[in-house]
Amino acid sequence: MQPIPGPCRQRSKVKYGFSPLRQNPLETNNHLQPQSLTDLFTSFTLLALQGFGGVLAVVQLELVGKKRWMTKEEFVEEWAVAQIMPGPNVINLSLMIGARHFGLPGALAAMAGLLAIPLLLVLLLALAYAHYGSHPNVIGALRGMGAVAAGLIIATGLKLSTALKSSPLGIPVCIALGSVCFIGIALLRWPLAYALIGLGTTGCLLAYRKLEP
Amino acid sequence: MSATPVLALHWSDWLNLFAHYLALSFLSVGGAITTLPEMHRYLVDQQHWLNDAQFNASIAIAQASPGPNILFVALMGWNIGINAGGLPSALLGVLLTMTGILLPSTTLTYLSARWGYRNRNLRSVRAFKQGMSPIVIALLIATGWILASAHKDPAQDWPLWLLTAATALMIGSSRIHLLWLLATGALLGWFGLV
Repeated sequence: MQPIPGPCRQRSKVKYGFSPLRQNPLETNNHLQPQSLTDLFTSFTLLALQGFGGVLAVVQLELVGKKRWMTKEEFVEEWAVAQIMPGPNVINLSLMIGARHFGLPGALAAMAGLLAIPLLLVLLLALAYAHYGSHPNVIGALRGMGAVAAGLIIATGLKLSTALKSSPLGIPVCIALGSVCFIGIALLRWPLAYALIGLGTTGCLLAYRKLEP
Repeated sequence: MSATPVLALHWSDWLNLFAHYLALSFLSVGGAITTLPEMHRYLVDQQHWLNDAQFNASIAIAQASPGPNILFVALMGWNIGINAGGLPSALLGVLLTMTGILLPSTTLTYLSARWGYRNRNLRSVRAFKQGMSPIVIALLIATGWILASAHKDPAQDWPLWLLTAATALMIGSSRIHLLWLLATGALLGWFGLV
């Protein structure tokens, strides 16, 4: 949590497709950053191994809360892109974070971290499941873990919603858009594409009007 | 439960499998889980490469395992390969399905994220990110809600709901490591308390 000493904050000398975050001094204030490709790989491996029933909540807790590689606001912005693109959201997010710091090699390191060890584990589990999958205690334990994972995801969403305080849309508009989205998806079970296209377009147009040209 | 299929797959079948996942990757807006019905139609109903039990177990195991949920795709490839003969073909199945589902979407994401970062001061790029923010946050809460409400019977399932609510409160307000909460959930479930 404490600011790391000088040498670590030096900007990477290598130029990548994404320029490193700390080019703009305004953006650097509270940032730490991954130190190397190995750091990215191991960080994402550890994130993935803590993520049962989805890794996104752990990414937010660790990268924003503990490692401070990004602010809550930046996390939401990156995640908006990760969500709208095809593909698994958390994989998209990891490759964007990796690329931001180390270009294409960073994207690959972050993705490989997220996938390599968990893939081995899931294959081992598939072998074990053939033997123990129907055991009532095992089924019960999975139910319990599922309920905890759901709570974790809800908490992450509530925590991130404080990032909207600085939104140019204003708090009432954010609450309105968010409520309609929640009711539509969680209660009325709209297809995701409707929510993303309908509400997304509304949100983007409103934001476009509020922002300075 | 139908019997486990025994398959003799040719190169053209493996190629079809790979091509099918490449195409699904482009359609997987909102996550690969949204293409699940199409995967079921193709793998189980049309090609008979997996039976229903194997299809559902692939999803359940991936959910129970740490790591991104997309690994259910790897397990489908794994099970097709097992049906087709054994370990080498199972590993080939994992390789083809995972590369197929990831290659197009990650390439697209990488290129558009790079474009978005270079043009991050454009009014339209800023408007997109700011306008989408409340929606993606609400989507996250809705996802948690849907997962929790998979248990429908309030009279029987209220302890599960309580566990979900308690977790949400504890993650929000304390510094308890989430692995402890997961372990608690697993123990409560193991002993049949939730």
